[in-house]
Amino acid sequence: MSGTELTVIWAGIIAFAVVVYVIMDGFDLGIGILFPNFKVGPDRDTAMNSIAPVWDGNETWLVLGGGGLLAAFPLAYAIILPALYAPLIAMLLGLVLRGVAFEFRWRDPAHRARWDFGFTAGSVIATFAQGVTLGALLQGITVEGRAYAGGWWEWLTPFSLLTGFALLAGYALLGCCWLIWKTEGSLQRQCYSYAGRLGILLLLAIIAVSAATPFLEEEYYTRWLAYPGVIATAQIPLATLVISVLFFRSLSKKQEAAPFFYALGLFGLSLVGLAVSMWPDVIPGRITIWEAAAPYESQMFMLIGAAIMVPVILAYTGWAYWVFRGKVGTDGYH
Amino acid sequence: MMENDLAINLARIQFAFTVSFHFLFPAFTIGIASYLAVLEGLWLKTDNGVYANLYRYWLKIFSIVFAMGVVSGIVMSYQFGTNWSVFSDKAGPVIGPLMAYEVLTAFFLEAGFLGVMLFGINKVGRKLHFVATLAVAIGTFISAFWILSVNSWMQTPVGFAINDVGQYVPAAGWWDIVWNPSFPYRLVHTVLAAYLTTAFAVGAVGAWHLLKDKTNPGARKMFSMAMWMAAIVAPTQIFMGDLHGLNTLEHQPAKVMAMEGHYESHPDGAPLILFGIPNSKEKRVDYAIEIPKASSLILKHDLNAPLAGLDTIPDEDEPPVGIVFWSFRIMVGLGFAMLGIGMWSLLARSRKKLYDWPLLHRAAVVMGPSGFIAVLAGWVTTEVGRQPFTIYGLLRTSESAAPLDAPAVAASLLAFVVVYFIVFGAGIVYIFKLAAKTPEAHEPTPDDAPIRTAGITPAAAVLEGDHEEGAAT
Repeated sequence: MSGTELTVIWAGIIAFAVVVYVIMDGFDLGIGILFPNFKVGPDRDTAMNSIAPVWDGNETWLVLGGGGLLAAFPLAYAIILPALYAPLIAMLLGLVLRGVAFEFRWRDPAHRARWDFGFTAGSVIATFAQGVTLGALLQGITVEGRAYAGGWWEWLTPFSLLTGFALLAGYALLGCCWLIWKTEGSLQRQCYSYAGRLGILLLLAIIAVSAATPFLEEEYYTRWLAYPGVIATAQIPLATLVISVLFFRSLSKKQEAAPFFYALGLFGLSLVGLAVSMWPDVIPGRITIWEAAAPYESQMFMLIGAAIMVPVILAYTGWAYWVFRGKVGTDGYH
Repeated sequence: MMENDLAINLARIQFAFTVSFHFLFPAFTIGIASYLAVLEGLWLKTDNGVYANLYRYWLKIFSIVFAMGVVSGIVMSYQFGTNWSVFSDKAGPVIGPLMAYEVLTAFFLEAGFLGVMLFGINKVGRKLHFVATLAVAIGTFISAFWILSVNSWMQTPVGFAINDVGQYVPAAGWWDIVWNPSFPYRLVHTVLAAYLTTAFAVGAVGAWHLLKDKTNPGARKMFSMAMWMAAIVAPTQIFMGDLHGLNTLEHQPAKVMAMEGHYESHPDGAPLILFGIPNSKEKRVDYAIEIPKASSLILKHDLNAPLAGLDTIPDEDEPPVGIVFWSFRIMVGLGFAMLGIGMWSLLARSRKKLYDWPLLHRAAVVMGPSGFIAVLAGWVTTEVGRQPFTIYGLLRTSESAAPLDAPAVAASLLAFVVVYFIVFGAGIVYIFKLAAKTPEAHEPTPDDAPIRTAGITPAAAVLEGDHEEGAAT
């Protein structure tokens, strides 16, 4: 295998980790976003219990994304992280706040309302910060030599705020559909009523982000809209349209699992769109995956580990989800 | 330039702050996870309910500590890049893969089985549940393995070349890099430290409850188990610590000079300075109480062996002596105090008075936090002692930092301090509350608990009791 190919594989692995992260932590962050809307008592407890056994594993994909970037593309890691300093620190603090809330709300019923608030605040901050991070990366980062060369507010633009709000809508939708799948009764009814509105919100956000992206960088414009590439790229909005229709139909038929998977489909297509915009850059318009790549020996050593471990991880993660399959009881497993 | 120095110092404070907080949690979870595995194993083997009760008792505390360890650990995995990006770019090709292995082999294992461990006993049965507990315990150890390998490589870098853009790249095979010279010593010393930390925390909780009721079976069992650990692991740890010190002398002599307070070289036998006040301005230790030639005896096993001092090290390569000198003494002092408790417990045990000597129990309560303090002191010794370098002898800390403005780092540092103190402060209060509860046998053993058929079985007995307890407090 050549180094060029190896680097492509690693770009694929990291993209995979990001996709799995967005999908998996997406729904549990989404539950945090929606949390204040749920009735205090059994509904909130059920919502929390539906993710308590899996949130930690979900979040580990974020560590794999970050750690993998450091290992396979150290230059990208070294430029992107300082460039997105403020939103990343906010994300980390948000994750701290919401991560402990899972435990603390049960330990301290007298202050449960506070930890519930922390759970929501942390989830909203982390989600918004992730969206901003994505937008800021997409709009471009000032690079000089091997380092970030912009100021500490460069990330803040209307576009990055838009992607922040878009992700809030997206994660909320995922969380909502997860609860439709995993719960019953009043909480499920409430989520059915939210899902349609959140779906519309997400579609509007997708349209806005998609419309703005080609005008951020000339390369994006060519990648998306120049003939004949446009024939291929046009399939993405078409597929989005089809899945949206299926999504709303599944909601109106009161299907339980299907809306979640269609929502995932919408997310997947957005991420494919992101890949179309960025490929083959890791820092759009500045640094390609090959320029940022770690040496062959480093990537090869890790590839062996990843090739063995990722299937194993997927297997036991799948098993853990299987153990907790079905509807969550109101008193939960906490 | 001043501005830049300020930003770097703030970044150092931020890293020290976040890593110190973080380190407390894994130091505890490595130990409790193993303790839980032992308890559940013994329960499976003997069917003695006291083990099941102790398992449930410590599982609640474990779940809090683990959550805090996870969230503070995610912060660490991003801080390398946010605050030390030049280091990340240069060292990434070597340390990155080791950290990726940590994620792949340890973090996922812990996280994947944690849910089953905490909530799944009624759903998977006792044996499979034990497997989950074991997986989590092994995961904590594997995690320690990789991250300490990374840390050790930064202390004793080997097996690398420097490429044309200034990156450290692997050159001699990964085995050499992973098993770099200080790694085996650091691994054993740190893992034993985690076990001792847990032993003294568990021992203190047991002792606290023995002081109130010396017949409590749970309290007796945990105190007895903890004291066995203290009696066996404390002397082992002192021996291993000595070996680690000799290894440091070989590879990072300046660190040992700072630990010993040896500003000057001693051509014919160096004294062991027990106490004193390092005075780096005058390059001497004021008010030193010392044993002549004892340092040479310990480090070289020869009373008259010459030992070089910091006068052989260029000033700009010296670590801050005062911090290293003191943190080392705190660690060693606590180590010997732990040994004392261990021996005292052996004496009590041999007289069949382990549960009857309130003075021993009081001492054990006082020593409850000793492991945490010793672990931090040891960490400070090794990390401050390798300054001013991030990659020892090669890359300076001052040249490792991210190009950040001081106000950005100041703001984030403030945010970390506020959030950590609130969040982890609350967590520590909850741990104390749980530990203050008497271990009682009122919770249903998992196989007696009701198993509901519809969908997810709620209320795994593992944690069912504490819901009610929670409501009662």
